[in-house]
Amino acid sequence: MNKYTERLYNGIIKENPTFVLMLGMCPTLAVTTAAMNGLGMGLSTTLVLVFSNLLISAFRKVIPDGVRMPAFIVIVASLVTVVEFLMKAYTPDLATQLGVYIPLIVVNCIILGRAESYASKNAVMPSVFDGIGMGLGFTFGLTCIGIIREILGAGQIFGVQALSLEWFTPITIFVMAPGAFLVLAFLVAVMNIVREKMEAKGKPLAAPSGCLTGDCAHCGQSAMCTGKKSE
Amino acid sequence: MKTLLLIAIGSAVVNNVVLSQFLGICPFLGVSKKTETAAGMGGAVIFVIGIASLVTSLIYKFILTPTDTQYLQTIVFILVIAALVQFVEMFLKKSMPSLYQSLGVYLPLITTNCAVLGVALTNVTKEYGILESVVNGLATAFGFFLAICIMAGIREKIEYNDIPKPFQGTAIVLITACLMSIAFMGFSGMI
Repeated sequence: MNKYTERLYNGIIKENPTFVLMLGMCPTLAVTTAAMNGLGMGLSTTLVLVFSNLLISAFRKVIPDGVRMPAFIVIVASLVTVVEFLMKAYTPDLATQLGVYIPLIVVNCIILGRAESYASKNAVMPSVFDGIGMGLGFTFGLTCIGIIREILGAGQIFGVQALSLEWFTPITIFVMAPGAFLVLAFLVAVMNIVREKMEAKGKPLAAPSGCLTGDCAHCGQSAMCTGKKSE
Repeated sequence: MKTLLLIAIGSAVVNNVVLSQFLGICPFLGVSKKTETAAGMGGAVIFVIGIASLVTSLIYKFILTPTDTQYLQTIVFILVIAALVQFVEMFLKKSMPSLYQSLGVYLPLITTNCAVLGVALTNVTKEYGILESVVNGLATAFGFFLAICIMAGIREKIEYNDIPKPFQGTAIVLITACLMSIAFMGFSGMI
């Protein structure tokens, strides 16, 4: 396996941002009311991630260490603005559905996390593939959660009626806010079991590094956050 | 006055920032183990969002709109918020040490909190004036305070429960959040 496919495999399976690293939970909960929204959000995040990794990696020797984070934020925010305009122009329905969550890609911890932990230390091509891998992994995670919520909540997959309403009563709560928390809770529980099984096999998974752990030490943004939680 | 009241109730409980808009999930899950720290975090969020919504709406009205550069809002807002948090931290450290003692450690955590940027962007999308923006910001932050304090109270009790192993830790907290979210849906008939 060469280093590019290794990066893709790493992002999609081994360190999947949704299932393994548990990063970017705000959009994961907010936009997965339907599979299509999850897919759209995932792909737009991928686009931002690939180009931010590309630019940050290209400029990594030019940006002084002291202003690293503000520089990253400006790069990411500019890319997000571009993506927002593209979506408003070419996929206006999806842009309306995702609303404020598109500009909020700026504060998605996957993007700054990858910038800090990978792109700012590695060459351009591996960084781009890291972005593609992580982005597709995130897209895969969001789409899966979207499919689960859509099928339980409306009996549909990608807007197509999969379960006949003659015998299936949609559990509407799954497409509403509480359903997001419930599905994520079960996802975390299932991943806890998988984690334990893999550890018993001697192939432990990467530790979750997102906010779900409640542990600042593993947070991808700990570099830009000067005050660590004192608990 | 009536519109302001409706905005306040709407943002604080009906469209609760955490439980129905999913903004600020990170501190909601991370800093809600004890009621005291949760209250500290909630206080810091009220403080920062209050100031941030005032400053961002002033900038939008008096700088971005006259120069016709509204499309720069995301970039400008995130930088302003990041700088603002640093500034507030320095200011508190120098002039109000007692307040800094209680809020200081939480302030840097808020820089990348999506709730702050989320409120600033919502104010623009909904075309709120300056007063309305501040009211919306403070109410949203109060909603966050409410949610995180209730969550911390429940979590202190969950500690003593016998929970199946896979659900220990984050999973049971998310289920609690789910039940809280159902409870908060009950407010939706209010406005």
